[in-house]
Amino acid sequence: MPEISLPESLQGVEAVRSVRIPARLDYEFTAGNASSRFLRGIQQKKIIGQRVPGGRVYVPPRGADPERGQATTEEVEVAQVGTVTSFCMVNVAFYGSSMELPYTSALILLDGADLSIMHLIQEIPANEVRIGMRVEAVWRDDEDIEPTLESIKWFRPTGEPDDTNVRIPGEDHGTGLGSWVGGVAPTEALVRNPRTGKGGH
Amino acid sequence: MGKERVAVVGIGQTKHQATRGDVSMAGLVREAAQRALDDAHMTWTDIDAVVIGKAPDFFEGVMMPELFLADALGATGKPMFRVHTAGSVGGSTAIVASQLIQAGLHERVLTVAFEKQSESEAMWALSLPIPFTPPLHAGAGGYFAPHIRSYIRRSKAPDHIGMLVALKDRQNGIKNPYAHLHEHEISFDSIKESMMLWDPIRYAETCPSSDGACALVLGSEKVADDAMAEGRQPAWIQGTAMRSEPTLSAERDTVLPLGGALCAADVYKQAGITNPRKDVDAVEMYVPFSWFEPMWLENLGFAEPGEGWKMTEQGATALDGDFPVNMSGGVLCTNPIGASGMLRFGEIAMQVRGTAGEHQVDGVRRGVGHAYGGGSQFFAMWVVGKDKP
Repeated sequence: MPEISLPESLQGVEAVRSVRIPARLDYEFTAGNASSRFLRGIQQKKIIGQRVPGGRVYVPPRGADPERGQATTEEVEVAQVGTVTSFCMVNVAFYGSSMELPYTSALILLDGADLSIMHLIQEIPANEVRIGMRVEAVWRDDEDIEPTLESIKWFRPTGEPDDTNVRIPGEDHGTGLGSWVGGVAPTEALVRNPRTGKGGH
Repeated sequence: MGKERVAVVGIGQTKHQATRGDVSMAGLVREAAQRALDDAHMTWTDIDAVVIGKAPDFFEGVMMPELFLADALGATGKPMFRVHTAGSVGGSTAIVASQLIQAGLHERVLTVAFEKQSESEAMWALSLPIPFTPPLHAGAGGYFAPHIRSYIRRSKAPDHIGMLVALKDRQNGIKNPYAHLHEHEISFDSIKESMMLWDPIRYAETCPSSDGACALVLGSEKVADDAMAEGRQPAWIQGTAMRSEPTLSAERDTVLPLGGALCAADVYKQAGITNPRKDVDAVEMYVPFSWFEPMWLENLGFAEPGEGWKMTEQGATALDGDFPVNMSGGVLCTNPIGASGMLRFGEIAMQVRGTAGEHQVDGVRRGVGHAYGGGSQFFAMWVVGKDKP
C-alpha cells in the first residue's frame, strides 16, 4: 500500500484505531389486540390464552395460528400451574442483564396451554430443578400488579409428584418423516410440507 | 428443469480472530473477496454482481453496512444486494448468489459474508428486553440450552458426548490456519473442567466470538469448464435448499425441527442422494454448541432419531472417521456469525476441490454444507460435488 503523506501538523500523531460510541434506541411498541387482552388479563391475575382453529392454545396469544396464519377467535383461561418441559441454569454475566447469577429460566407448559412460556424458577436450589417438575405462579403484591408477565415474580414447586412423561410441545408433531438411514429415498411427500401439503418440486 | 449449472470456482476467507483491529469492516470483507478472486484467477472487473450477507446490524451497531461496503466490494455500476436470515445467512447468501447464475442472469457472481463481532456485543444484541416479558433471555446459549437438555433426555445420550464434539472440533481447528481458536493444550479434562455457562453448556463447548469474512466466486457452466480445463477443479453445486419455521409454534419440535429435515430432504432429492449416510462423503454443519452435532446428524438424516450421538462416540465424525464432520474445526473454532454459514459452504467446497490443506479428507466426491439460524428456524443447505450435476 502506498504511504500517505500527512500534513506537517499531523505527523508523529498516534493513529486512531477505533472509537467507542454507545448506541441507544428508544422505541414505541404496539402490543396489538391479542397481547393487549392477554395483558389486561394479567392485571386481573388471570392467564388468558387463545385457541387457534384446530384446537391448540397459545399463551401468550399472538392473535393468529403461527403455522397457518388464521386468526384466533376463542379466548381460554389457562391454569396458573404447569410442568417444566426444559430449563437452563444461567451462569454468565453480560452487558444489559439485570439478573443475579446463577438463575434458572425454565420453559413451563401451563395446564391447558400447548406452548411453553419462559419464566424464572425460585424457592428451590437452582441445581434441583428438573424436567417434569410441577410449578405454580407466584404473583407480586396486588398493588404492584401491572400489565406485564413480570407481574408473575417467578414459579415455585407445587410439591406434586413430577410428570415424568412430559413431552415438549411439538415433539409429537416433529419430523415424523420416518427413517432415511438405510437408503429410503426422500420422496416427493417428504419434500412437501406435511403441515400444509404444499411445496416440493 | 431449465436451470443453468453453477459451480464454486473461487474461495477466500480472512484470518479469523477475536479482534481484527488491523482492518475496518471494508478491509475485512475485501481481504476475503480478494482471496476468492485470486483463487478464481479473476479480477474485480470480471464480476457481474455482488451478493452480501451478514447477521443482525446490532452485532456491529452499524445500520445497513452494505451501503458503505459497496465500493469496497467493487459493486460500482453492478447489481448488489444484501441477504439476511440470522445465523444461517452465510448459507442463504451463497444460495441466493447461485440462483442468479442458475436463472441465467449472470456468469460470475461474488458473494461475501462477514461479521466483526468485536465492534459490538452479540450477546447484548441477542438479549434485548422483550416488552411485557421478564428479562431472562441470556443470548443464544440461554435460548438453546433447554433444547439441548431436551435432546439429552430424549436420546438418553451420555454427558460426555458434548465434550467429545468440542475436543474433536478444536483439534481439527488446529489444522486450519484461518481458524480463530488454535487450542493446542485442549484435552477432554480441560473441557470437562471448564465453567458451566448455560447448564448443560460449558464454556469449552461454546463457539467463540470472531471477526472474519468469507467470500466465494460462483461461475456458470462455461466459467467452471474453463477453470477445469486449466486444472482447477470446480465444486459443482448439485442442489440448494432453504426452509423456515415460526419461532413460537406448538407444532414445532425444537430438537429435531421439521424445517431442517425438509430442507435436507429437498436438497438430497435434487442431488440424487437416496441414502445420506452412504452417499455423502463429508459434512460441514453449523454446530455453535457442541451438542448440535448429534442433533443435526439426526435432523439431516445421517442417523436415526436418538442415535446421532453414537456416531460421535464411535468416532465416525472424526477427521479420520468414515463420516467426517466439521473438518475445518467448524463454528466451535471460528464464529464470525454472518460468515459462519458461508464458511461451512466454502469449506465443504474446498474438500470437494481437494484444496483444504492439512484438514483435507481423502476422496471427498460429494459433501454437504449446512447452516441454521434464529431459534433453529432458518435452514440453508447445499450439496457440492466433483461431478457436474
